[in-house]
Amino acid sequence: MATVTYSKATRIYPGTERPAVDHLDLEIGDGEFLVLVGPSGCGKSTSLRMLAGLEDVDDGSIYIDTRDVTHLPPKARDIAMVFQNYALYPHMTVYENMAFALKLRKTSKSEIDRRVKEAAALLQLEDYLSRKPKALSGGQRQRVAMGRAIVREPQVFLMDEPLSNLDAKLRVQTRTQIATLQAKLGVTTVYVTHDQVEAMTMGHRVAVMLDGVLQQVDTPRELYDTPANVFVAGFMGSPAMNIKTVPLTDGGATFAELTVPLTREQIAAAQAESGDGKVTVGFRPEDCDLVSESEGGLALVVELVEDLGSDANVYGHAAIDGTSERFVVRTDRRHMPNMGDTVYVKPRTGRNHAFHAVTGNRI
Amino acid sequence: MEFADEAPKLLMLLYGLIAFAVVVGGLLVLLDVVPNWFARRREAALVAASAEGSAVAAGPRPRRRSVVNRPEGVLALFFLLPTLLLLAIGLVVPAVRTTVLSFMDGGSDNWVGLANYKWMFAQDEILGILTNTLIWVVLVPLVATTIGLVYAVLVDRARFESAAKALIFMPMAISFVGASIIWKFVYAYRSGEYDQIGLLNQVWVMVGGEPQQWLNNPPLNTLLLIVIMIWIQAGFAMVVLSAAIKAIPNDVVEAARLDGVNPWQMFWQITLPSIRPALIVVVVTVSIATLKVFDIVRTTTNGNFDTGVIANEMYNQAFRFGQTGQGSALAVFLFVLVIPIVIYQVRSLRKQREV
Repeated sequence: MATVTYSKATRIYPGTERPAVDHLDLEIGDGEFLVLVGPSGCGKSTSLRMLAGLEDVDDGSIYIDTRDVTHLPPKARDIAMVFQNYALYPHMTVYENMAFALKLRKTSKSEIDRRVKEAAALLQLEDYLSRKPKALSGGQRQRVAMGRAIVREPQVFLMDEPLSNLDAKLRVQTRTQIATLQAKLGVTTVYVTHDQVEAMTMGHRVAVMLDGVLQQVDTPRELYDTPANVFVAGFMGSPAMNIKTVPLTDGGATFAELTVPLTREQIAAAQAESGDGKVTVGFRPEDCDLVSESEGGLALVVELVEDLGSDANVYGHAAIDGTSERFVVRTDRRHMPNMGDTVYVKPRTGRNHAFHAVTGNRI
Repeated sequence: MEFADEAPKLLMLLYGLIAFAVVVGGLLVLLDVVPNWFARRREAALVAASAEGSAVAAGPRPRRRSVVNRPEGVLALFFLLPTLLLLAIGLVVPAVRTTVLSFMDGGSDNWVGLANYKWMFAQDEILGILTNTLIWVVLVPLVATTIGLVYAVLVDRARFESAAKALIFMPMAISFVGASIIWKFVYAYRSGEYDQIGLLNQVWVMVGGEPQQWLNNPPLNTLLLIVIMIWIQAGFAMVVLSAAIKAIPNDVVEAARLDGVNPWQMFWQITLPSIRPALIVVVVTVSIATLKVFDIVRTTTNGNFDTGVIANEMYNQAFRFGQTGQGSALAVFLFVLVIPIVIYQVRSLRKQREV
């Protein structure tokens, strides 16, 4: 059990100009489950591999507890990693796979046996201990990879998209298993994924990255409710937030006939730094209502309705300043419009997000 | 050069080309026409079957399968025929004939029973040859594979990997005879008063030794010939094993590093088990090639000075001394030696597939 601290950690791959990870500052608490999330190429896996010691740190440093591990080899860091493709040793049985690291450390036979049996019981692998990885299903292999990490009793778990090779149903199931397991073991965990649903459901805190730069790190709720910038706002949540850059007036942001009210401070902030009379406004699909025409909503021509059973996503387009903009609205099933209908959308007051039109930062 | 003198040869060349075109063209036509014919018949059968409706589809399957399968069996046989024919001409018939000849005397006139085999194991000379072959077959695969493996591991992901690999692989491109001639020069001898032209003797003289007739002194000469074979085969071993090493998934190597292996453990516990199938293929291939080694011995010493091996002795007995029976017996014995190696390879490959 330990804390992990990235301090201005930077990785520049040889032969490239732009850092893959750029001055990453991140503190991970003892026993915390931190999820690194972002689109592919954002540097999340590189950050994890830097912590593992599989990737050089070109600048800055990384600490586990107070120990500087920046330039230590992987085996000196007391960490265990679960790989995307599980990386099981194909020539060893499940038991040998899990025991390998302990054997290398000259742990006593009885101790190895106890730990492996314990992990196997935890992961329901007892019946497969003598099998080779080839004879296991994808889900079982994933559990063996977890088991191999658990028996090490490391200070930190690292997981690099461990669920992405599982089918959708198993993924949801394993997601909860991993979260429960982590809560039970209480080991500090850094988890990399590109799936924002995984990030939201599993992490105590979520760190969102883009182009090697940390965008925001916060609890899932905070990230969802108060995204720090346009990218985070658009990345977290499915369907994505409706984000448009529209003209700014004294009353707020103008969506054609609809005006989204903004506070005085927001308007002032939007005008600063050559805001150019524009503001970026976002509202989540579930934060708006379908209203009647007289209530002054934004007219939306419905293109597609996704009936999800519990509720429905309504996709449509509206004309704003002569261009056609797409919007998504979540509605309950009683008010489900049909394709081609015109509906009127009104964001709920106080539930909208405003960002600076140029910098993209929250205002 | 008078053109008229060469005319018959050119004519023969022309005949050859025509024959080649006819055979290949004929095969191509057959390969095009015959499968089409089968495909049409099969289509017709399927159309007929589907026309009979769903009742048939749900009906007895085995009958329909036999309708479809029987022509395909014939088709498969048709495709196998050229291979079977060539195998029979080139392998089966000679093998049977050689076996038969091994029970006959030198002129292949009278049956002599097991006399040729008894002779083989009674002659000191032949026993020496068998011992030599044993030394070859133990040392060459072992040393060549080891060198190839160590080299492959060392240059893996090094800076000048491809150049370094090309250096070792190059000898593979040289024929056994060519390689033997090169090495004959390396081992060449000039008496003390002359400049040495052989590399080995030159080095030997430089460190203060008397020039040696390396290839005339047993048992060292056999070892020196073995070096030639190793020089050739190490490149092959290196290329195959290097490819196998590269095929080890990166994350498995990384997982091992996180698990705390040192380079030594990485090699013995991760790399080596991972490339086991390739290792078996290399050892078996090199072993068989070594058992059959002929060119090197023939080119350098022709089996003199106690350097003979089975294949060379077989040739000498059958074609130089006119002892067809004894030569054939040696050939059969060589064949018997190869069989267990092949069986081992087939079995281990099959086991690999099962796991």
